[in-house]
Amino acid sequence: MQTLEDKLFLVRFQPDDHSHIHINNKELCQHDCPDKPCTYICPAKVYEWNEEVKAINVGYEGCLECGTCRYGCPRDNIHWVNPRGGFGVMYKFG
Amino acid sequence: MTVQEPTQQQLNQERWRDVPLEFEAIVVGAGPAGLAAAYTLAKGGVKTLLIERGDFPGSKNVMGGILYSYPTHQIIPDFWKEAPLERPIVEQRAWLLAEESVVSIGFKDPGFYEEPYNNFSVFRSRFDRWMANKVVEAGATLITETVVTDFLFDERADRRRVAGVVTNREQGEIRAQVVLICEGANSILTQRLGLQEDLSPGDLAVGVKEVIALPKGAIEDRFNVEKGQGATIELIGESTQGMFGMGWIYTNKDTLSIGVGVMINQLSRSGMNPNTVLEKMKQHPAVRPLLAGGETKEYLAKIIPEGGYHQVPKLYAHGVLICGDAAMLVNGVHREGSNLAMTSGKLAAETVIEAKKKGDFSSVTLKAYHDRLQDSFILKDLKKYENASALLQSNPHFFTLYPKLARYSARELFTVDNVPKKDKQKKIWHEVTSRRGIWNIAGDMYRLWRTLG
Repeated sequence: MQTLEDKLFLVRFQPDDHSHIHINNKELCQHDCPDKPCTYICPAKVYEWNEEVKAINVGYEGCLECGTCRYGCPRDNIHWVNPRGGFGVMYKFG
Repeated sequence: MTVQEPTQQQLNQERWRDVPLEFEAIVVGAGPAGLAAAYTLAKGGVKTLLIERGDFPGSKNVMGGILYSYPTHQIIPDFWKEAPLERPIVEQRAWLLAEESVVSIGFKDPGFYEEPYNNFSVFRSRFDRWMANKVVEAGATLITETVVTDFLFDERADRRRVAGVVTNREQGEIRAQVVLICEGANSILTQRLGLQEDLSPGDLAVGVKEVIALPKGAIEDRFNVEKGQGATIELIGESTQGMFGMGWIYTNKDTLSIGVGVMINQLSRSGMNPNTVLEKMKQHPAVRPLLAGGETKEYLAKIIPEGGYHQVPKLYAHGVLICGDAAMLVNGVHREGSNLAMTSGKLAAETVIEAKKKGDFSSVTLKAYHDRLQDSFILKDLKKYENASALLQSNPHFFTLYPKLARYSARELFTVDNVPKKDKQKKIWHEVTSRRGIWNIAGDMYRLWRTLG
């Protein structure tokens, strides 16, 4: 079975030097979100729970810009805007 | 002395400086809706700016992969003679998947291989780039690598009117009489204007797709089509792990587009990643041989509006119109979206052309867009299926139990074992009614017929 990492390696990205995704309130993720759906519903697995710092790591560089996280976060805790013009994902096929 | 070539960034800045600060119409987003709108506006003599956030029109655009001929032909007659298309679709199949098995129906007609065709498989990043050139040839201005972040407003005593856009470029404000929001399903701008109440994860599906390369001949052999022809397969049931959604396989020239869309709320409950759902579908015994030996070329994701009629936002306000996915114009039952997007863009443009004649871009005039949509197949079809999403979400057995029962029944019927057919029928009847009561089944069928019939 092909891994997600293998597939994401095929996608062209022009990453910006700062993130277009921010977690509004880290405490909410830790205390009020037992399932943390962002960590699995994101098609690119941009979100990862970091147990050491008790916060979500955001790998914005691999974001496919679909918007699933904006609607799937049960705490409405993800501030997502479009990457700056010319940055982000660049599809060859579409 | 050598003259240094200007960098792409410098070229873009230069182009930006050449862009006037005022237009009659601004179209946000160069997808099916925005391109159709901008083309119609430019042809209609409206001074139009098309703003795209990607490197080029199409570089951010994703869809399952089917472009419909009729609405495209209405906008650009005989587009098939020059547009970058993959294959004209001559056969559409529907597969009901259960574990290991498939019950299938389909329709094939070589008549679809003749002009004006019915639909084509396409790649958005190629088609949209081509169509954007047509838009520019028609007289519109195109600016890429530019994100619209907000609106300019004219505040009057009695009303607030959209009067242009704010972009993330330096001195990035551009004024216009009217702004057409065509930015897709994740429409931050529609929400910014308060025209769309925040959408719930039960109103949207997340779709993931792979483009898999195969030799042309292999595609034609495996899908049983003549040279150059294409086929599509829609897959429900086990394809989504029993969740509300649908899978698809479309033939391109020398690739397949294979994807699956599932409701975000159901995916959340399942604990699964959408790619896992896709990988499982790829491993299904009915699907696997179609893909064998193929090489994955790209992996893509997008959200798909599934809320239907009830989630359509207010489609107009003073100085603004909303088209395509941003307006939630998707007919999930028939997997139609790009045709609704293109037609809504065209209807919005025609409304603007009329508004220009009247010299009035207030909501009083722009309401005609809503009326046009209501008179067209777009809102008529969405209205027809207004309860489909709710019915299918509240009755998961349509995606879990029924595919299993279909498999059981078909397997019994097709297995030759010297059991009289009458006895087989009894056995099937007994099994089916023991899994779900007869009155429940009758109720399901009635509701399905009422909702989809």
